[in-house]
Amino acid sequence: MNISIRKFFYGDIPEESAGSNDNNANQNNPLRDGAVTWPLWEVFIRSKQGLDHKHAGSLHAADAAMAIENARDVYTRRQEGVSLWVVESKYIHASNPDDAESFYTPAEDKVYRHPGFYDLPDEVKHM
Amino acid sequence: MQDFNPSDNNKYFRKSEISAFPPSGGGVAAFTLHLADTNLILAQRNAEWCAHGPILEQDIAITNISLDLIGQARNFYQYAAQIINQSTDQFTNPATEDSLAYLRTEREFKNLLITELPNGDWAQTILRQFFYSVYQYGLYEQLQRGSDAQLAAIAEKSIKETTYHVKWSSEWVLRLGDGTDESNERMQKALQNTWAYTGEMFMPVDYEMATGIDFILLKDEWEKKVRTVLEEATLTYPGGTGNEKPIFMQTGGKTGVHTEHMGFILADLQYLQRTYPGANW
Repeated sequence: MNISIRKFFYGDIPEESAGSNDNNANQNNPLRDGAVTWPLWEVFIRSKQGLDHKHAGSLHAADAAMAIENARDVYTRRQEGVSLWVVESKYIHASNPDDAESFYTPAEDKVYRHPGFYDLPDEVKHM
Repeated sequence: MQDFNPSDNNKYFRKSEISAFPPSGGGVAAFTLHLADTNLILAQRNAEWCAHGPILEQDIAITNISLDLIGQARNFYQYAAQIINQSTDQFTNPATEDSLAYLRTEREFKNLLITELPNGDWAQTILRQFFYSVYQYGLYEQLQRGSDAQLAAIAEKSIKETTYHVKWSSEWVLRLGDGTDESNERMQKALQNTWAYTGEMFMPVDYEMATGIDFILLKDEWEKKVRTVLEEATLTYPGGTGNEKPIFMQTGGKTGVHTEHMGFILADLQYLQRTYPGANW
């Protein structure tokens, strides 16, 4: 079977690489003529009832059904989860690393944004 | 797996004690071995895909299935060993799951022929898994309600895995059958290569007579499911309408008469224990 994987990273997935019939990626490589690229999917796992789905990793799959099954086989075979979400990676929009300074640094000297200036009664649990 | 003492092996596996059919322990032992062997040999075949799968995720999927089948095989081998040991001199010749898997000969293996066929391409591996999993699902459904409590328990535990195998393999049959011209062509070819080995599932041999399995029901349900999926996958169902001349079906696996591929599989599978008896992790 002639399948090649073209690796994309968050934020640089071009619109035309939408599905499993993308041959554009291989135009310049005669050896890969006719090869198929499967899109990348992000996998989120809920480890037990009541907890959030957490990002677990990514994988390739031709469609959502296959992505769920691949996620089941790749990420939950050691009892890691009770529920799965998958989303095609191209639908995730990431902040730009170049913006890090203006985005995150200003928060550093704003400790008062943490509710840390109260005296909690002993009776209050789970804070 | 359990340890076993190499000094026991030759004693236990004298030709006079266990021939191709039946093993000590009678029909239930033979039937349990048939279930174990079928799972083991298909697991061994699927495991050949390890590191050769068409894509990383599917490599893991098919080897996961392989591991599921090995797990099921172990349960059956442990039960078979227990029955054999009850009916024979267990103090000098104990059978174990390991001795049954690693130290029986080709003629003693009772797996279905379909499981020993070469993997071929991905289409053929998928189709074989689909045929087998649908059969296995129906079989386990009946075993769950059967009179043998241990087999019922193993079936009940295993059917969850089999449910997934059916889902996974049928989706692949649809994807490839109703895919590109090439994938359809490969599926159709896989059908031709595999179909003649499906009949054996539903032709009971001596040790299956007392199992209480309704083979006609098993076959009907299998054909219904397989036909639905193949037709949805735009593939030609080889069974036809039932009015034409029946297709010749290969048999023999259940009674130890195997294809020429079997010896090579066992050579791979058993080499280590044969060469270094009792070798352990």
